[in-house]
Amino acid sequence: MTQTCTITMTVNGEIVSQQVPTRMNLVDFLRNEVGLTGSHVGCEHGVCGACTIEVDGVAVRGCLLLAVQADQASVTTIEGLANNPTGRALQNAFQKHNALQCGFCTPGMLASAVEYVEGGGSPERTAIREHISGNYCRCTGYQSIVDAIADVLENASS
Amino acid sequence: MKVADFHYERPDSLAKALVLLSRDDADVQALAGGQSLMPMMNFRLAQPDTLVDLNALEELRGIREAANHIEIGAMTRYAMLEASDLVRKHIPLFSIALPHIAHSAIRNRGTIGGSAALADPAAEMPALLIALNATITAVSTSGERKIAAKDFFLGLYETALDEGELIKSISVPKALIENRFGFYELTRRHGDYAMAGVAIAAQHMAPLTGLRIVFFGVSDRPLDVTAIAETLEGQSATDTDIVEAACRAIGNQSLHGDLNADAATKTHLAQVVLRRALRGMNA
Ligand SMILES: Cc1cc2nc3c(=O)[nH]c(=O)nc-3n(C[C@H](O)[C@H](O)[C@H](O)COP(=O)(O)OP(=O)(O)OC[C@H]3O[C@@H](n4cnc5c(N)ncnc54)[C@H](O)[C@@H]3O)c2cc1C
Ligand code: FES
Ligand code: FES
Repeated sequence: MTQTCTITMTVNGEIVSQQVPTRMNLVDFLRNEVGLTGSHVGCEHGVCGACTIEVDGVAVRGCLLLAVQADQASVTTIEGLANNPTGRALQNAFQKHNALQCGFCTPGMLASAVEYVEGGGSPERTAIREHISGNYCRCTGYQSIVDAIADVLENASS
Repeated sequence: MKVADFHYERPDSLAKALVLLSRDDADVQALAGGQSLMPMMNFRLAQPDTLVDLNALEELRGIREAANHIEIGAMTRYAMLEASDLVRKHIPLFSIALPHIAHSAIRNRGTIGGSAALADPAAEMPALLIALNATITAVSTSGERKIAAKDFFLGLYETALDEGELIKSISVPKALIENRFGFYELTRRHGDYAMAGVAIAAQHMAPLTGLRIVFFGVSDRPLDVTAIAETLEGQSATDTDIVEAACRAIGNQSLHGDLNADAATKTHLAQVVLRRALRGMNA
């Protein structure tokens, strides 16, 4: 029989409390139970980065964390990033530089980029590329994504 | 795929975790960072009956300084090692290698103990631990024991740990001022598992003495190649004839091919990483 657990977490500033099967991962919980479908699910084994979300201030793979493990945590998804100045600056820069086409990778890409910018990352292109190496994009060829992140970093420093 | 059903436990003390793990009537597995175990469960390559989540065990987390070594709790995440001043100062080889282990979001969760316990032959950490002469402290309901890193990695995903035994901590000798370190790996994409890599620790650089040269991604376990260390002992790392002789010594090892590269390619790549790691040490 499926084991369940009652969990409580803060999602984008709101408290969510619910009973979940222990086998449910965090990104499925957010999408299917909380109804926040901004985080995407690609590979489900940690490789593509589409499910990257912020848990207690750090970017993690939502497909490799169980929802029960995020009990008592504070979670920020793409829906919550618009309330964060860095998140908003990055969203604007992504638009300006055409850093998305189909948009499948974008929520995860932004979560990784927010962590990089807020962590004082360098505007140097190879450093940006290394940081987003864990996020696959099948459309843009990455150039415009690197441009967008570099733009935010250069504007912040000027 | 989604994970098969399992029973979940999150003990709040190491003693409780060890009791849960000592059950031999069921497949009970420890969950550390989950960055390898969760993918394996999603693929259903692993289907434990019970997961014992170690993430609440503060006693397994942390980086402490002792007189001659640094003691690292098994649940210390890569990101904590990267951010640690103690690591930067006393384990410079970790600082060189850590950015090459997976990607930042994986390093935010993955742990040193998980990497050692998994014993993936392409992983960096097992090779680093052997090169640095680290010691692994294992613990179970019957007590603690210490295992030298060189005796810990026994084969593909195989370690010296017994059933029900956990890695508690890993102790790494502090680097001395005259020690030198080298590291190089070849990957298709930054952060991927290496196609071939090498970690080098030398007691002295000019001439080279007390060398330890450990390859990863080229065999079923980290490969500590004493024949190469012997070729280089007492020599200069800038002497190209000597470096080429050391590279030829790899040709005498029987390396393992994988899906991406056959054994002959691995041999070539091992020579490339050795040459580049030594060049990096000269610079
Ligand atoms: C996309 C991607 C890329 C990656 N690239 C790399 C890479 O380039 N190099 C690399 O080295 N790794 C890489 N990894 C793997 C990552 O480093 C893992 O974090 C690591 O191998 C396992 O650590 P963990 O803490 O996540 O362990 P888990 O996945 O939680 O556990 C792994 C195994 O170890 C056991 N275990 C965990 N902790 C203990 C303990 N204290 N005592 C006894 N047994 C224990 C578990 O039961 C399980 O069997 C990658 C992972 C992903 C998803
Ligand atoms: S869905 Fe999580 S990394 Fe691909
Ligand atoms: S925009 Fe389509 S995958 Fe990146």
